[in-house]
Order: sequence, then C-alpha cells, then structure tokens
Amino acid sequence: MKFGVIVFPGSNCDHDCYHVLQNVFQQPTEFIWHKDDDLKNCDALVLPGGFSYGDYLRTGAIARFSPVMNAVVEFAAAGGLVVGICNGFQILCEAGLLPGALMRNASRRFVCKFIHVRVENNTSEFTNACGEKEILKIPVAHAEGLYYADANTLRQLNQHQQILFRYCNDRGELTPAANPNGSLENIAGIMNRAGNVMGMMPHPDRCAEEILNSADGAKIFASILNWATPMAA
Amino acid sequence: MIEARIYVTLKSGILDPQGKTVQQALENLGFAQIRGVRVGKLIELQFAEEVSREEAERLTIDACKKLLANPVIEDYRFELALNANQQGAGS
Repeated sequence: MKFGVIVFPGSNCDHDCYHVLQNVFQQPTEFIWHKDDDLKNCDALVLPGGFSYGDYLRTGAIARFSPVMNAVVEFAAAGGLVVGICNGFQILCEAGLLPGALMRNASRRFVCKFIHVRVENNTSEFTNACGEKEILKIPVAHAEGLYYADANTLRQLNQHQQILFRYCNDRGELTPAANPNGSLENIAGIMNRAGNVMGMMPHPDRCAEEILNSADGAKIFASILNWATPMAA
Repeated sequence: MIEARIYVTLKSGILDPQGKTVQQALENLGFAQIRGVRVGKLIELQFAEEVSREEAERLTIDACKKLLANPVIEDYRFELALNANQQGAGS
C-alpha cells in the first residue's frame, strides 16, 4: 500500500510519519509538498502534526488553502483514506472534511505527555486492529486540542459511531481529569460519516515501536493496512 | 482609501479560557466589579484606492466567510471607514 505524507510549511512530524510507514511497516511512502497537486498515486494520505503557517489566524486555517488541498478534497470525495494527526486533524476540520473545530486547551497550557484513549469504535478502517474498548497509551503534544462541535453535530457523531477515541484514565474511565484539553465528551479522534477520513489529536506516529514507551500507535497504521489487504485481517 | 475593521469573536456560550484568565488577572488587580471578559480579534483590511464602498463590503464578507472567521466557533462583524491619512502597504 502506497502512502503519501503531506508536507506543509511548518509541519514537523512529517518524518515521524514517514519513518513509521516506510521503516516500521515497510510500505512505500512519498512526501508530497503542499504546492504539488499530484498525489503520486498514493492509496492513503497522512496530514502530519506541526505548526503549519505558524498557526497564524487559527490552527490549520491557512494550510487548508494550500494547493495540494484541492487534490486531497477530491481524493477524499472519491473514497480515498485520509488521516490527520494533531495539526493534520486541525487542517481537516478547517477544510470541512471533518465536522467541528479544535480550540485552545481549556487549561491554556501546551500539553505534552502520554495519555490514554479508549477505542470507541473498533470496526473502522482506522481502528479494526484494536480490541473492543481497548485502552491505548499514546502521547499528545498540542495547545489547541479542545474538540468543539455544536449539540446537533455531537449527536450525529455519536449516532453514526464516528467517535473513534475518547480520553480516559488507565482504567478506561472517561473522567474530566483524564481529559488533557477540555474536549467536549472527551473526544480525541473522529471520522467522517463515510468512514474514510479520520482525525485525532494524539500521535500514533510517536508510539509505533516498543522502544518509544508504547507501541499502541502501530495499531492505527496496522488497521489501515488490514483495510487494504482484507485477507490478512 | 477604505478600511474595514473586522471583529472576530467566539460565539456566545463557547468557553473562552483566555478571557477567563484575563478576568482572573483583573480580579487580582482589584477589579472586583468586572463580571466577565471575552477576548476576540481585530483584523484591519486596507483596500486599494479604486475600491468602492459597496465592493469593499462585498469583499469583506467574502474574506470573512472564506478565511477570517470559522463559522463553527466564531461570529464576525465589521465596519467600513474612509481613511485619508494612512497609505496602504506598498501604495
């Protein structure tokens, strides 16, 4: 399966994503510069973490108008798999590929630490390698991770099992203390209604090998590969 | 030259941690009478000389909808003013 990692000015997790896909999972992976409009025949796209355009105006607000985003929107509309991690999640929301918005953390602080998330739907293209309600240990690093959507959107997300991850404690309980940024309903990651576009604030790219304190992030990438080769699932 | 002053604010009811922190700081300074603080953004646009008032209004709304405000979380309002003193950048 061929992956494309989109590089915006200010992306800083592009090499982390590339490393996991190319070296850990041994999948052909290409960087795609934000000014390109050629997606190089990739089967799945990753919008990595970072601070595209210095987070000016709002996180992701300017990156969404990068030339490559027209191709990303077309790719998503045609059913292609798109993953946004951290800043990538913010960009996908700004682009309207995912509902809602990411706002300043309730604490006003940049949070950078390992947290836990509970897998809320393990039947998606992005979570099928996870167990039911599995608790993943995974790091966050952001100042704007408070997920917000209006009541109607939240209802729809719940109704259609679009919420993939919620922040929890190490026993899987969804407590306010386990919520690192004040996200509504402890939401850490969601997908679109069609199930082919996913965004999450935690960084699976930073915990896909045992040497990194947790290899739980590998399950996200393994899920995508299961989707590509269902016989191996 | 016409200038637009655009005020972008969080929708009412949406948590504004920055405003809360400022309010706390004001309270610490003795401003006990202030019941709430909300922090927003002021964006100023300078239009080219030939742009009419109607066109400036249309362009401002378009810019707000496309980029300057996120309708999921923010509201915007703006005023247009004739600015005789200030020269636009590069003009």
